[in-house]
Amino acid sequence: MKTDEALLAYTLRLADNALILSQRMVELVAAEPELEEELANANFALDFIGQARMLYTRAGELEGQGRSEDDLAFTRDEHEFRNLLLLEQPNGHFGDALVRQFLFEAFYVHLLDALTRCSDKGLSEIAARAIKEVKYHFRHNSLWLLRLGDGTELSHERVQQSLEDAWRYTGEMFVADEIDAVVQDQFDGPDLLEIQKLWRRDVENTVREATLKLPEDQWMASGGKQGQHSEHLGFLLAEMQYLQRSFPGATW
Amino acid sequence: MVAATIDKAQVHEWLAEVLDPEVPALSIVDLGIVREVEVSAADVVTVTLTPTYSGCPATEVIETSVTEALNSRGIGNVCIKRVLSPPWTTDWITAEGREKLRRYGIAPPSPSLTIACPQCESLNTERVSEFGSTACKASWRCCDCLEPFEYFKCL
Repeated sequence: MKTDEALLAYTLRLADNALILSQRMVELVAAEPELEEELANANFALDFIGQARMLYTRAGELEGQGRSEDDLAFTRDEHEFRNLLLLEQPNGHFGDALVRQFLFEAFYVHLLDALTRCSDKGLSEIAARAIKEVKYHFRHNSLWLLRLGDGTELSHERVQQSLEDAWRYTGEMFVADEIDAVVQDQFDGPDLLEIQKLWRRDVENTVREATLKLPEDQWMASGGKQGQHSEHLGFLLAEMQYLQRSFPGATW
Repeated sequence: MVAATIDKAQVHEWLAEVLDPEVPALSIVDLGIVREVEVSAADVVTVTLTPTYSGCPATEVIETSVTEALNSRGIGNVCIKRVLSPPWTTDWITAEGREKLRRYGIAPPSPSLTIACPQCESLNTERVSEFGSTACKASWRCCDCLEPFEYFKCL
């Protein structure tokens, strides 16, 4: 695989992760259990949309075919999206959405940290901007995991189940394919095995402190990074892309 | 060879009148997001700006306001450049900007864990939420004068 193709594919994966997670969070706007969380969720979603916009713009530049951030977000089909399966999973209850974001950001924060040192200036600058925001999210969500895990019997039981349900989607974050390998070798990009160790350490610490148990090692789902998605992504895109699909090029 | 007729310092002064749409107590210069002003020999003014938060919806509004403000002063050729690196930090808010924030009722960013109430200056305050009405603010309240207030998050 050519290095410039790999860099483009890699940038699109990051952009898709940010966009799909933010779209899931947008579904929760006006549905949070309390006002403070309403603000937190909307702020998180906004940070991710901002990151997605910068990443799509960069991907468009790398591609060099004149596609804008909107073209990439709204006119690609399901099989062209390269986000992690974890992020497209439906929101479920408060604990499910929290665990999904917690498990992803425990990974993302280390990924971004490594990307700030990569040799592609576009990516390293976006990573330096984004990591400040993601650290803030992660601290907030870690506190919520403690509160739910070490809260009541019911909250403990339910959030433990959220961990069990999400666990099978965490494996693909660390499976490096050719695209990851090229970015690691040619652009001083992240080493996913190193990041897995840091992720495991951080997740384990918080989960323990929350009096929860790490799920057993198990079969891991994969395919999101290669465009093979769960049935949920199509519905998400149908809603998100509706306007541009029905009225191509519409602006206001 | 044509020399520029626009004075850079003058452009800076005009930029100091462009307000942040979400925190209108501050100008974009107070906020520390104006990185550079360049005037080319052909009088093209390039203003380099940096976004605060990735998703800050004010970014585009500010860029439009800068163009409009300079156009209204007779500068026809305005070019806006967006630069990410190094990322913006609240350390770049000027001393004057901090004072303006406080007077406006928003506690300025501080690395300290105790935040002074912008109304009565009491240090007996508590955080209500790490988030607020915009990405850059958190919600606090004063336990002495009992006023809720916003705190500009340290980033």
